[in-house]
Amino acid sequence: MFSSILQTLPQVLIDGLALGAIYAVVALGYTMVYGILELINFAHGEIFMTGAFVGTAVLFGFQGAGWLTGMPAWLSYLLIILIAMLVTGALGVGIERVAYRPLRKAPKLILLISAFGVSFVLQDVIRFIAELKTGNYIISTPQLFDQRYQLPLSSISSWFTDASVKANTLFIFVIAILLMIGLDIFVNRTKWGGAMRAVAQDRETASLMSINVNKVIVLTFFIGSALGGSTGVLFAQQYGTIDPYIGFILGLKAFTAAVLGGIGNIRGAMFGGIVLGVLEMFASSNLGILTGGNFGAEYKDVFAFMILIIVLIFKPEGIFGKAIKEKV
Amino acid sequence: MGKLQTMLQANKLAQGLLLAAFILVTAGAVYLIDRSVTAFLLMLASLLLLYYTSFSNGMKWSIAVFLLVIVIPFATSGGTSRESYMEVATQCGIYVAMALGLNIVVGFAGLLDMGFIAFFAVGAYTYGIFATGQANNFISGELFPLSGESFWIFILIGGFIAGIFGILLGLPVLRVKGDYLAIVTLGFGEIIRIIFNNLEKPVNITNGAMGLSSIQPPNLFGFQFTFPHQFYFIVIGILLIVIFAVRRLEHSRLGRSWKAVRENEIAAQSMGIPLIRTKLMAFAIGASFSGMMGVVFAAKQTFIDPTSFTLIESITILVMVVLGGMGSVPGVILGASLVTILNLQVLTEFTSWLNQLSQQGIFEVPNALSPSKMQRFIFGMILILVAIFRPNGLIAARNRRLPEEAVKDPSPPVSKSEVQPD
Repeated sequence: MFSSILQTLPQVLIDGLALGAIYAVVALGYTMVYGILELINFAHGEIFMTGAFVGTAVLFGFQGAGWLTGMPAWLSYLLIILIAMLVTGALGVGIERVAYRPLRKAPKLILLISAFGVSFVLQDVIRFIAELKTGNYIISTPQLFDQRYQLPLSSISSWFTDASVKANTLFIFVIAILLMIGLDIFVNRTKWGGAMRAVAQDRETASLMSINVNKVIVLTFFIGSALGGSTGVLFAQQYGTIDPYIGFILGLKAFTAAVLGGIGNIRGAMFGGIVLGVLEMFASSNLGILTGGNFGAEYKDVFAFMILIIVLIFKPEGIFGKAIKEKV
Repeated sequence: MGKLQTMLQANKLAQGLLLAAFILVTAGAVYLIDRSVTAFLLMLASLLLLYYTSFSNGMKWSIAVFLLVIVIPFATSGGTSRESYMEVATQCGIYVAMALGLNIVVGFAGLLDMGFIAFFAVGAYTYGIFATGQANNFISGELFPLSGESFWIFILIGGFIAGIFGILLGLPVLRVKGDYLAIVTLGFGEIIRIIFNNLEKPVNITNGAMGLSSIQPPNLFGFQFTFPHQFYFIVIGILLIVIFAVRRLEHSRLGRSWKAVRENEIAAQSMGIPLIRTKLMAFAIGASFSGMMGVVFAAKQTFIDPTSFTLIESITILVMVVLGGMGSVPGVILGASLVTILNLQVLTEFTSWLNQLSQQGIFEVPNALSPSKMQRFIFGMILILVAIFRPNGLIAARNRRLPEEAVKDPSPPVSKSEVQPD
């Protein structure tokens, strides 16, 4: 049992890290919005999904125009991601304007319900457009990079079997790391980043210090949603098939990652995402072996939600979060 | 117009006559016209009209029961579409009871539960497993399926087991609040669904994604319940009990504690309300209503599988509560009826009408836009619009108030039980 787990471990780690990187970047969006508005932006999972669809649509557009053959693949990949980021960023800002801003003084429950509403509307609108254009809402994405690299691990030690890495997976790592570092620098080093941190800490005081709170909130939504959208493109490229309902569960898991790392904490979100991705991959490939075939990979989502519940019960502030005393 | 309104408000007899005329016309229309959805909806609307009359409570209740038990079943028995009307009415009743259950958790106690359908599933599977041969897989002795007579006791067992699940969910999540609670319960609902979907090994308990089929229909002294118009009476019976219980609970000590916890947990706690017990009771009671209706649902469909218990169902019930007005019993009943009828009748009728149009070549409607597929879109829009424009729902919740003089005037000592909070 132990040796068979160990044998597949390198492959599990690679796949888990790829999934974890995706979770981490989506979790950043949750964490940023939560940090500023104390709102769980449920529609964020759907923004991620929209990003995947926009990216695929642009890719089809490039294909149709015959640009793909003329352009180096990495350039078109970059262009697709940029376009998806712009579209989803704008979408995020629009959602904030329509569904959240009128409710800024309303009770939390109402905001949450509005967020659910947005997420359902987005799912159906995207399904409708996809079905209208292609006749089916489950879409397979053409892949820009389909090479695979073999890692000859078995020649290093007989403990492992060979693992393989998709070229796409490498892209995911590179882009995710670039996005995360970029965001970290933006938030911690720039003037606007400082304003964001100030608003997150105390909205009223920040507004007294001549910070335009509304602008900062809009910016936060733009950046968070653009990050989510770009990850959607990465996801579509990595896994090849997308449908309008991928966003919800993935969003939940990304939220779990954000909670795991301490919501509102950007570095925590990255850490939580990676941990959750690796754990989930490990569970999906090894649960069957560990339980003697009684419970298989279909329980991997149960596993993820269990982690969420356990973290919330025992350490609700997350691994990197600070406990907040409630004001009476 | 305004004059007419004030005159009507003052004159109970005029109200009664108007209501009677309305009921007669609509019931007659349902009886005589075949397949008229409008007439059926108008007939149901007479219940809403009844709510807005200024009769005494007892009077309203007697008229409502009379309408539900005699007028509606009789009026629908006229045409060929009787079963489809009754099916809608039965589903309506099931959803109303569930929405009332969720209203206890969300509306009274302020605990946002996004996985409420899980309890419905627990109830449905409780009956489903024992009323088919499925239970033979883990209990030896070929005792199953139980006969349809066990249905009546299973209504209670289903409610009880769902209540236990409610407590099981409540215990760990008591420490989380607000948004977090929403996510955790959502996760719980998904966990339950995944488990029901996969529990065919190591022991085959739920038959996995295949579902349980040929569940025994209820049986009362040899009388078999198979048609929707027979189930209608079972549902109405349970529903009346549930409504009665909810109304009594709302103004009981427990109900007032729920509302206190909803408004401010810390203040409620410092006033001596046992927080844990109060919250757990909300979960347990809400869940048990849902579980009871789960049993009825399983017996009515005679087939259940995990696809009936997805997240969208949980959201549907939440929409009912929010649309009607969180915490308001008449509001929730209205919300649940509206959403069920929208789903089962209006959307399907509209879809078939559009299909007809495109078949005749008058108007091309892409298949992707068929209204029954746009359910999520419609729910989403309802949620957003209600949140922005009517955050209190269609019929906002009102608390009972004690007249100010009664508090100020010290001479008649006000007994504790009469004073209502807020």
